Amino acid sequence: MIFTGILSYRGYRYLWWSLGLSTFAVLLFASQYASDTARGNTWQGYTLGSIAGTGVLWLGYLGVRKRRYAAGGAPMLGWSSAHVYLGLAVFLVATLHSVAHLSFTIHGMTYLLLTVVIISGIVGVYLYLTCPRATADNRQGVSRAQLFAELLDLDRRARELARRCDPRVAAAVRSAVERTVIGGGALAQLTGADRSLFLDPDRPGPAGEPTLASNAEQRAITEFVSSRIPRGDKRAEVATLQQLLPILFRRQAVLRRIRRDIQLQSFLEFWLYVHVPLSVGLIAALLTHVVSVFLYW
Amino acid sequence: MEIGHFRTVIVGAGPAGLSAAARAAAIDADNRTTAPSYVLLEGFALPAKTIQRYQKGKHVMAEPGYLALRSDFGFAAGRREVVLEGWVKDLEQRKVNVRFSSEVMTISGSSGRFTLGLSSGDSLSAEAVVLAIGLGGNPRRLNVPGEDRPQVQYQLDDPGAYRDESILVVGAGDAAIENALALAGHNAVTIINRGAEFSRAKDGNLRDVLAALNDPKRRVQCLYQARIKSVAAATGEGGPLEVTVETAGGESRGNYHRIIARLGAEPPRKFLESMGIRFPNERTDSVPELSAQYESNVPGIYIVGSLAGASLIKQGMNQGYDVIEFINGRNIDPADHPLLACRFQGLPFQRPVEESLQRLKTVVPMFTGINALVFRELIIESDVVVAYPAGAAYDQAKRKLTELTAADPSGRAAERATRVVREGDVIYEAGDFSTSFLTIVHGEVRLESPESAVPTVLERGDFCGELSLLSGRPRLDRAIAGRGCVLVETPRRIMLKLMNSNEEVRKEIDLMFLARELQRQFAPRASVGRMKEIAARLTLRRYKAGERIVTEGEAGASLFVVRSGGAALFRGGNGAATLVSHVQAGQRFGETAVMGDPVRRETADAVVATELIEIGSSDFLQLVELGGSQVKNLQQRVSEQVRESARMGVLPDAGSVLAFMMREGLGEATNVLVIDETRCTGCDNCERACAETHGGVSRLDRRAGASFAQVHIPVACRHCESPHCMKDCPPNAIRRAESGEVFIDESCIGCGNCQLNCPYGVIKMAYEAPRKPSLLSWLALGRGPGPGEQKDYRPSAAAKAIGAKAKKCDACIGLPSGPACVQACPTGAAQRIGPAEFAALATERQQ
Ligand SMILES: Cc1cc2nc3c(=O)[nH]c(=O)nc-3n(C[C@H](O)[C@H](O)[C@H](O)COP(=O)(O)OP(=O)(O)OC[C@H]3O[C@@H](n4cnc5c(N)ncnc54)[C@H](O)[C@@H]3O)c2cc1C
Ligand code: HEM
Ligand code: HEM
Ligand code: SF4
Ligand code: SF4
Repeated sequence: MIFTGILSYRGYRYLWWSLGLSTFAVLLFASQYASDTARGNTWQGYTLGSIAGTGVLWLGYLGVRKRRYAAGGAPMLGWSSAHVYLGLAVFLVATLHSVAHLSFTIHGMTYLLLTVVIISGIVGVYLYLTCPRATADNRQGVSRAQLFAELLDLDRRARELARRCDPRVAAAVRSAVERTVIGGGALAQLTGADRSLFLDPDRPGPAGEPTLASNAEQRAITEFVSSRIPRGDKRAEVATLQQLLPILFRRQAVLRRIRRDIQLQSFLEFWLYVHVPLSVGLIAALLTHVVSVFLYW
Repeated sequence: MEIGHFRTVIVGAGPAGLSAAARAAAIDADNRTTAPSYVLLEGFALPAKTIQRYQKGKHVMAEPGYLALRSDFGFAAGRREVVLEGWVKDLEQRKVNVRFSSEVMTISGSSGRFTLGLSSGDSLSAEAVVLAIGLGGNPRRLNVPGEDRPQVQYQLDDPGAYRDESILVVGAGDAAIENALALAGHNAVTIINRGAEFSRAKDGNLRDVLAALNDPKRRVQCLYQARIKSVAAATGEGGPLEVTVETAGGESRGNYHRIIARLGAEPPRKFLESMGIRFPNERTDSVPELSAQYESNVPGIYIVGSLAGASLIKQGMNQGYDVIEFINGRNIDPADHPLLACRFQGLPFQRPVEESLQRLKTVVPMFTGINALVFRELIIESDVVVAYPAGAAYDQAKRKLTELTAADPSGRAAERATRVVREGDVIYEAGDFSTSFLTIVHGEVRLESPESAVPTVLERGDFCGELSLLSGRPRLDRAIAGRGCVLVETPRRIMLKLMNSNEEVRKEIDLMFLARELQRQFAPRASVGRMKEIAARLTLRRYKAGERIVTEGEAGASLFVVRSGGAALFRGGNGAATLVSHVQAGQRFGETAVMGDPVRRETADAVVATELIEIGSSDFLQLVELGGSQVKNLQQRVSEQVRESARMGVLPDAGSVLAFMMREGLGEATNVLVIDETRCTGCDNCERACAETHGGVSRLDRRAGASFAQVHIPVACRHCESPHCMKDCPPNAIRRAESGEVFIDESCIGCGNCQLNCPYGVIKMAYEAPRKPSLLSWLALGRGPGPGEQKDYRPSAAAKAIGAKAKKCDACIGLPSGPACVQACPTGAAQRIGPAEFAALATERQQ
């Protein structure tokens, strides 16, 4: 095997570590109940809290370690694997530390942040395991730059053919090419929404001029051109339209792939915008929590 | 018109010619001659055309550092402009007798009375001729009527100088494309391409030119299968030239402002051969036969500079100085004399340098026929290694050497000194990627192989290391300095140069390679002498990448041993062929054909340029006989192979794996970065890791590159078995570490040759990137641009002064934890593998 994944790294080494840590935490917690003083300020509570706290700091250190490129030691793959499994264990430990006393205070806030970070982490793992394959399937060995190059080429050919058509058709095709929208803001990327427009000759405005209409998925323009073919009056024009149509369909397919590619890439990128800032917030909250329990004890 | 008669004519005012002329001027001054006894002729309007053509502001290096400059002209590292200005001043101050724009077209006659014809139609005569015309050659001309008009150019210095012109660019190579694209910014450009596509262009240029041709906004077009038929003065609008162009569709005529023809250069070899100068063989890079005084086989014609094999400026200048001294009967020690002295000073027997040199030459049969100059260079560039018995003798020798080298304040002596080792020390280890070649001059060297218990003992006149030299494979055995051993250890580059200039050396090394390969493969116990007899009968076959070697089903009764390169074996005809295996240098295939089944069971295609040793069945039988007990092993191996290929035979679509491996150079790769697309999240941490561990400039382009079966090969060095990039690096800055990494060291002069030579486009020329604030201050305070290469970084003035240098992956030799890209990948998508692993991976994926 040349490649190994985050979860299976070194025969699931960190899964076992994580299970070990969890078992220890549960035993500790049980002993706390046995002693009948189930509060964070028992020695068991302290221990669990300390483990959880150190764990969180260590998990956050991943952001630094990831960028210490000459660091040596285990590869990043090992760190990611440990991060995922031990992160889940840390969640259990923190839960056992605080479960009996959740409240809307800075303490409860710490726990809440932890929960969100952990959930986002789980989402991240899911995306890491699925999106790359989906991206590869979608691209089929063609790079994004090549897809764009193909799109440009199709644009050029569509324009050229359109020039030989009736002016109304030409204007519609040209506008469809020019007003094709790719990407956009975060929301547009994540949803893969298509806000492409074109000047629709079948919907005349007050002065009979074509008005802008949605051309999402290039559906409208392909429909418009195919509907023109039986209506075409000159043989030459019909022939041109016959050439134009497959190009528009090809464009549609290429655009779909590009949009899907952007969407998948945005999934892989944006979850970290939740995970990382919240984990920074978590560390701040954690520090406050620790300081406050010592002050008001 | 006859210009006059001179004692010496120096042709070409490059560094070598300038230095020669300066020496001649100095000798005239010594002799108080009134009329100059020499003339320097230069085809160009300015001195040193080759250097004039370096890019503006280029930092010219004064390599090799160990060699002292010996010239009446100055030369030190610095900006191109400064170097050239210095020479122009020197020319004036020393009143050198030089004629510019005087290209020499013909040289005839013989020693004492040569006649030189110039492009202007003038002629002159001379007793001796010094050729210092470099390797640049002259641009290939259009060869059509009207080509001599001033608007027909063979070079483009400043694309910005032309605006709103209509320009024809002739040619389809990189120079033509680059010129056309640069001009297209402000002019209307038409490319005249003789072929139907741009097949000679680098990938990057190919992409760019096709994109530009497809872009309606750029004013570039191309006429394919076209050529210029004639050029005449124009009447009417559109430019001063009326050009007739012939295409498949017929002739057309149009007016243009300018023609820029980039048709490559006519190598100077033909010119030299026209005067009767001999070359040792047909190879394009061979150097003419020369005496120790730079005299060619035509008495009276001397050759210096890059044409004589001196690839750098300083070496050329030294030769220019020396050659004039020789011609004037002054028998000086060449400039490299002290270097040779350093080489020999640790030897147990002390003799004058020239005598030691002579002895070395006679002791080794293979060396006797070598050209004196080439032999000098060989010894200067090689290490002389001496072994003393461990203990007092060794300590004393070491001490003596330290004293000697300490006496030289320049430190040059230490660098070139004899290498003193202990008897029993390892010179190279099995598995090392080192490629040097050892010649034993005295005493003995032991070769120990992991496969055989008895070491081979080599004696005076023997050599070893030919295997790594010729195939690029790692060492198979360990070489140990034996009793009283003195040997010459020559770097691969020098050895290849020697083989190109000397047919006997080449034959001898080839033969020994074959003999030892046969011994290793078939009969470890038989003598090398016996093997040599068989080897002499065998044929070496060369194949281009993609060429068919044998076809399944055809008759054939020979087996092949891969000497260098690699081949893919597959079955099942052309349509649905399935890949069976990939054989590399040192492996063999086709054995079943000599073991009683004279039909090819597999088709074999060369995956890269490949050399094969073909062994027919009678030779094979003899080898097996000599090998004794080996027969069983051979048969067993073959039956294993048959079983293996039957298993692999079920995999579909071998042809496409093969084509991909060929295109991407995976057949010759030793270490290639692959990215599993089903794991890569596109985080670019690999690229950032590369930049951060290599001075801020990434050597890998993750996005670019091709993919196969969802395995992506980014644009990054493959660490080829025989690296193309090393081919003509003037300072020999590209080297291979013993552990296999191909890397570029500090002595790179930024000439860009390696970039052109690498078929996989992995080398880039880049300035040193500025230093960034630390990681923590970026994380905590947001200072600086953060990790990774900044695509538009602004080099510092100091970095600009040093110039852009070649940058490529070094597989992170310095990092103990291995390649940073692989280390940094958070999902395990990036790995580095060899070609056999790729073939296995691709077939696995296709299942
Ligand atoms: C891009 C690049 C960068 C380099 N950088 C460096 C560097 O940094 N440091 C370094 O040491 N070396 C460098 N080199 C190598 C160096 O340029 C050459 O080694 C050197 O120029 C060779 O000198 P030469 O005198 O033998 O020939 P050239 O410099 O080539 O000079 C030959 C001269 O002869 C003239 N000539 C040719 N034919 C005729 C004819 N028939 N009649 C009359 N004149 C003729 C030519 O016009 C030319 O001026 C570099 C090379 C290149 C291509
Ligand atoms: C991820 C890490 C942690 C989380 C999510 C967390 C959460 C909580 C919560 C929710 C409580 C209950 C507060 C309440 O009673 O309202 C608590 C109590 C407490 N925690 Fe933590 N905690 C963490 C780490 C730590 C650490 C590192 C320490 C100190 C070493 C610590 C020490 C305490 C103490 C002493 C109490 C009891 C306070 C009291 O009884 O009033 N905790 N924690
Ligand atoms: C307190 C808990 C956690 C903290 C503080 C934390 C923090 C971080 C940080 C700082 C990064 C680095 C991001 C970057 O620099 O690019 C990261 C990455 C990541 N985290 Fe967490 N994390 C936590 C828990 C988890 C959990 C429980 C999971 C999964 C179940 C998880 C999954 C990931 C993944 C998959 C990455 C991406 C790895 C990479 O690309 O390098 N995290 N986390
Ligand atoms: S191995 Fe090192 S140098 Fe090569 S691409 Fe990877 S990081 Fe860059
Ligand atoms: S730079 Fe190019 S030619 Fe040189 S070793 Fe790397 S891939 Fe091969």
